[in-house]
Amino acid sequence: MGWLLVFYVVALVLLLMTSFWRQDVFTAKLVHEWTTDNYKQLFTGQDGLWLRIFGRTVLLATIVTLIDVALAFPLAWFMARIAAPRWRALLFLAVVVPLWSSILLRIFAWRTILGQQGLLNTFLVDTGILGKPSSALLFNERSIAITWANVWLPFMVLPIFTALEKIPDSYLEASRDLGAGALRTFRSVIFPLALPGVIAGSIFVFSLTMGDFVAPQLVGGGSQVLGGAIKDRFGVAADVPFGAALATLTLVTLMGFLALSRRSGALENL
Amino acid sequence: MRAQRWIFGGTSALVFVFLYLPLALIVLYAFNKTTINSWPFPGFSTRWFSRLWDDPEPKRAAWLSVRIALYSTTFALILGTGLAFAFARHRFWGREPLNFVVTLPIILPGVITGVAMASFFLFARNNPLGIDTSLSIRTVIVGHTTFCIVLVFNNVLARLRRVSRSLEEASADLGASGLQTFVHVTLPTIRTSLVAGALLAFALSFDEIAVTFFLAGADTTTLPLWVLGALRQTQNVPEVNAVATVIIVISLPMIATAAWLMRDEGAAGRVTQGE
Repeated sequence: MGWLLVFYVVALVLLLMTSFWRQDVFTAKLVHEWTTDNYKQLFTGQDGLWLRIFGRTVLLATIVTLIDVALAFPLAWFMARIAAPRWRALLFLAVVVPLWSSILLRIFAWRTILGQQGLLNTFLVDTGILGKPSSALLFNERSIAITWANVWLPFMVLPIFTALEKIPDSYLEASRDLGAGALRTFRSVIFPLALPGVIAGSIFVFSLTMGDFVAPQLVGGGSQVLGGAIKDRFGVAADVPFGAALATLTLVTLMGFLALSRRSGALENL
Repeated sequence: MRAQRWIFGGTSALVFVFLYLPLALIVLYAFNKTTINSWPFPGFSTRWFSRLWDDPEPKRAAWLSVRIALYSTTFALILGTGLAFAFARHRFWGREPLNFVVTLPIILPGVITGVAMASFFLFARNNPLGIDTSLSIRTVIVGHTTFCIVLVFNNVLARLRRVSRSLEEASADLGASGLQTFVHVTLPTIRTSLVAGALLAFALSFDEIAVTFFLAGADTTTLPLWVLGALRQTQNVPEVNAVATVIIVISLPMIATAAWLMRDEGAAGRVTQGE
């Protein structure tokens, strides 16, 4: 317990404090003087560049989360309610296997899929959909979004699966007996009961997306996102206080997201 | 019902294709004859595996990652289990906020944990206790342990909430000492959840990149950091794919064990909850 308190909470508080400090221009050393310059820069600097990066990341995170909910729900439903119990364990295994193999390479593989000489282009040209290979598939925000949706998918499937598995059969039978169609049952019975799982998965996917810098680096071309911006401030750009301000902005956004989802009781299901 | 089966089965199959496409390409391109990552596949060769066999760097990096994962998992087992017992057995002040803090490291993205802890170690480098906080294998282990604790904690807590305390009380009534009860009664009931939590912690630590990136010193090149470096030059890609393929093959039995244990956990839950 002491471990967590010391290393984690103190570290987070320190990050918050660092965002109110400044860095000496010449020596690049931290100067412990209180200033709000980092936040002024963040909200107004460079014609709103930082806010644009922030907005882009939030938008991408939202899109990726929605894609993953759409992909994960039918799969989780099939696993939890349709597949035979002995298949269920195998399907569960199949969802977690990708998590055990290098995430870096799974991201990198998307270059081979979306690249100009890639799998998708070859397929589209062969089938006559495209006249010649397109370079528009890779190195943009869309390719980052597809890659993220791909690598975080298991984090969405598992909590939804857990939620759906818990729904007693009798609830669905009761709904049918009362004359509800499939859609009505989904809306009034299944979805409300699956919601904690959907939210738990969304917390993971949204948060992982908000902080990732690897996918933008490997498949994103020049598009800047928050994770990459933070990483650069602590690395090549060497502006730690400003990086801390960016990290704090990310932290506050995620806390807001968590506060919203807290009411649903999803946090208990993480 | 039949239609539902086909619709959801078909959709699930497509989702699995999407999920496994990158994985299939990793394994396939490990046998690439050339260094070109294009489709159609240029041709088969096993030369990257023989090159890997003679290359000391990925092996050194992998061994470092294994050591870090072992240390982090061990610390996480001790701390996570202790915390789980505290939460399952006692009500204390600050329980809810503490629960939140414990969960935070897996909710927050690695980059936040990474930069926060890197700032902390930098800030604490002139500490009066004289503890060396320069970035090294030690700082990476501390970082990994922080997010591994919650994995063990969640697994063990879920189990402890399901098993009745009456077993332990019976053991005490029969005259067993606290230690005897723990070894003969408590430990066997939480054993599978410990193994499942530990495997998960090991796997996540082994493949962790964001936290490691900020906490690793110059000589702390873990396997993911080595991969990230190697990917800068495309001629390295087949060898990196070969590394990943070897790891997939090694880790499959581990995954199977973990999944089997977790399934067992689910089944145990259903039995004890009377479903």
